Amino acid sequence: METGFPGAKTAVAFFEWFGDLGTFCGRLTAPFFVPPYEVREFVRQFDELGSKSLPLAALAGAATGVVLSLSTRDGLTRFGAESLLPAVIVLSIIKESGPIITALVVSGRAAAGIGAELGAMKVTEQIDAIEVSAVNPFKFLVATRVLACILMLPLLTLVTDFCGIFMGWVTTTLANPISLRLFLANGFQNVTFGDFLPSTLKTMVFGLIIGLVACFQGMRTHGGTEGVEHAATTSVVLSSLLIILADVLLVRLILVFFP
Amino acid sequence: MEATQTANQNAAIPIQVKILRKSFGEQAVLSGINLEVRQGETLSILGRSGTGKSVLLKLIVGLQAPDSGSICIHGKDIVGLPMDQLNEIRMKIGFLFQNSALYDSLTVEENVAFPLRRHIKMSDGKRKQRVRELLASVDMEQESQKMPGDISGGMQKRVGLARALALGPNILLFDEPTAGLDPITAAEIGELILKLQKERNMASVVVTHDIHGAQIVSDRVALLRDGQILIEGTFEDLQKSSDTFVVQFLNDGSLGGHHV
Repeated sequence: METGFPGAKTAVAFFEWFGDLGTFCGRLTAPFFVPPYEVREFVRQFDELGSKSLPLAALAGAATGVVLSLSTRDGLTRFGAESLLPAVIVLSIIKESGPIITALVVSGRAAAGIGAELGAMKVTEQIDAIEVSAVNPFKFLVATRVLACILMLPLLTLVTDFCGIFMGWVTTTLANPISLRLFLANGFQNVTFGDFLPSTLKTMVFGLIIGLVACFQGMRTHGGTEGVEHAATTSVVLSSLLIILADVLLVRLILVFFP
Repeated sequence: MEATQTANQNAAIPIQVKILRKSFGEQAVLSGINLEVRQGETLSILGRSGTGKSVLLKLIVGLQAPDSGSICIHGKDIVGLPMDQLNEIRMKIGFLFQNSALYDSLTVEENVAFPLRRHIKMSDGKRKQRVRELLASVDMEQESQKMPGDISGGMQKRVGLARALALGPNILLFDEPTAGLDPITAAEIGELILKLQKERNMASVVVTHDIHGAQIVSDRVALLRDGQILIEGTFEDLQKSSDTFVVQFLNDGSLGGHHV
């Protein structure tokens, strides 16, 4: 499409991308809900996603707990509110750090993996081979991966939360000894399900973004090795960016419904 | 009465393509292709690289949609057919891809079992037995537990062929079946194709740019040029042609190796 002003091509490509993504979602709707379901492939993807992302989520959670403890302690000490440290760590991890860190870590690990895998399958005609075998690739490859991402993200977030809080306690107790029981009692004193559930469940939206974007980029790959590399990179970049943008909206929505 | 007779005759023809057109953007790849393949017959489609041979195969199996024209498989036009009906027809078609397109996360055995697992209800034992028979028919039963990346290109073609035969198709499509293989392996694959044709009496379309192997496996050949079939007939018909392009194609082909 020829247009006269600079940047028009980029703008057109931007809107085309969203249009194509919309069409992709449309094609995915029926395979997602209409039986027969690809249970075997879903379990395989769920297992693979979980087992490969778990160590990363745990490590990222642990590091977040340490950093939160170290950086928050200094600020709270200045205001004489050091006793609030467990509550700040727990609330911060449960409400925001845990979910977003998990999503970004999984985005880096899984989106790249899915984008590259489907991209490689596309350029080597494996997806055509699936289609020729009278199997719907959207049902077999895409729906299973998207669903695995949606359901795995909250579980991984629990792991991140656990590791973050535990390492937050370890770091805190090294500076100022406190029992785990007391740390948890102080930390969870004012925490409600309204703090925990919406924040954890919002990661299902992040999972949807990761799965959709990675599958979409993978399935539209063309151009050999370079295309596969492009699919992997754009899957990570776009899903991470969309996760952060979605988080802005979700945090606002959660505040509306769980003030 | 006459209409019913015509319909029955059409249903007896496995592949019937009429005035098929396909373009990519401004570039017209196929400009009004007509062809028929009867049961037990092998048609080879020859032509230079980039003349739309592979596109034609993908159109026949419904992987791409034509701009216009009709593609009848056993009398049923597949153009614009809903996916579930198209998939029913696809189950009667085997497709050997240019680079075999084996699923690289599955073993050789699992690759061949893939279509069976999806479409035919049978016990694990029976399925394994069926896979063993299929692999034996292409002399690959010894490699069943290997991954596709661990076997040679010729072996991958054999496994791809076993997978294409899994559902007992009566139409088989070959996209450059010996491309990238050494002359001896290429000849072996050619012989294998011929053997399977005799055993199973399928309608086959072989897309290739190499003329020698096509001469061995085909009953008829069609030469594609500028999106149209320039000449169609037996190999002898091609040799009798005085068309400059046909003569040049045959002469240049005679310099090549023995590939299908």
